[in-house]
Amino acid sequence: MITHHIPDDLLMGYAAGGLSEAFDLVVASHVSLNDDARARLSSFEALGGAVLEGAETAELADDSFEATMARIMGTAPADTVREEAKAPARHATFPKCLRDYVGGDTDAVQWRPVGMGVKQAVLPTGDGEATARLLYIPAGQAMPDHGHNGVEVTLVLQGAFIDEDGRFARGDIEVATQETEHTPVADIGEDCICLVVTDAPLRFNGLLPKIAQKILRI
Amino acid sequence: MKSDPVECHSRNKIMLIAVTQSRMMWPEPAELPAGRDRKHAPTVTHAKTDEAHWVARLVAVGTNRDQAAFAELFRHYAPRVKAFLIKSGADHAMAEECMQDVMATLWRKSHLYDPGRASVATWIFTIARNRRIDMIRKSRRPEPDELPWGPEAAPEQADVLALQQDSARLAEALKQLPEKQRYLVERAFFGDMTHSEIAAETGLPLGTIKSRIRLAIERLRHSMGAEA
Repeated sequence: MITHHIPDDLLMGYAAGGLSEAFDLVVASHVSLNDDARARLSSFEALGGAVLEGAETAELADDSFEATMARIMGTAPADTVREEAKAPARHATFPKCLRDYVGGDTDAVQWRPVGMGVKQAVLPTGDGEATARLLYIPAGQAMPDHGHNGVEVTLVLQGAFIDEDGRFARGDIEVATQETEHTPVADIGEDCICLVVTDAPLRFNGLLPKIAQKILRI
Repeated sequence: MKSDPVECHSRNKIMLIAVTQSRMMWPEPAELPAGRDRKHAPTVTHAKTDEAHWVARLVAVGTNRDQAAFAELFRHYAPRVKAFLIKSGADHAMAEECMQDVMATLWRKSHLYDPGRASVATWIFTIARNRRIDMIRKSRRPEPDELPWGPEAAPEQADVLALQQDSARLAEALKQLPEKQRYLVERAFFGDMTHSEIAAETGLPLGTIKSRIRLAIERLRHSMGAEA
């Protein structure tokens, strides 16, 4: 099953703080680029607020308030201006949360060739199980044929790709489950860059890519 | 605005703080916003009035560094934040530490709070949630980029009111959920548990948990009159 919209369980998982780091990254990046997802995330966070408001309470330490005031007095107030408002990176391809992982925008990515002009860069998330990677597919080029053992979330950051389920452009998200065998092809016109998060290794269908999978951790 | 009663109220509060410093724990937090001034309000507007009250307190911290307002917020929310952290798996010492950090962040970032976008409880919830994850991962959790704001983007009063009403309705709708659904929603938000772990704990099949949570969300959407 494939959806163009980010499913509720991923948004709710982000709102509740239950996702692994790689999935946090793709959700935060998608929300940065998609106002509908942002609004839906806000409503899940509002639910979190309602749960907190109606929740039980825990007993505080004796000096809790004084200790908190001491912390406050020991540090400077946060900057008055929102960071993004101060320096809006209007021309950046990556949202800020992603630039923090890459160490910059597209030109800072440490690409490694995968073959056929396709390049990838695995991003340093602390997860054991899930992996976040950037994929670079030249315009008109197909991504190696693959299936997945788990869930694969793909966020388009530049260009577009087309597969059996339609066309996905910047800001669009594709969630593919285990049953999906798809062959994304980058749209002509522009090279395509995607953030791809998987909770299990990709399963390539050709022999050669299988070897590549072992070596390159695709 | 309700400036007079609130001001009086908060002055009383600062006295309360001085008195309770040596006690084992803070006075029951739920009682604080209630008391005299709320008694006369009609029942239906309780939640809304509460929300307006907390918004006014947080804005007072943001604009005037109002310590009495902060103390009031602390008494109400700190025990809830700490309970949230404990339920999420932290031990008491770590929960206390993290809670103090969250409340200090509330003070430092209070000027960034936008009452047109989130209720006070929601704003505090997101701070606590992110802080908890930062502590576990020892790195900053990726957060969505801020929306590009115009200069001095003051929230529309109508938006602020609408959001307060929505928050009150959401709280009410959550209370009205069938017990089993509400429990799972709370576990999902407070437990630091995946659906599979909830399944292991409750002995319910994964499919049942997912469908109950989905049902709960549907019901909440229905109560909120959402288009979707």
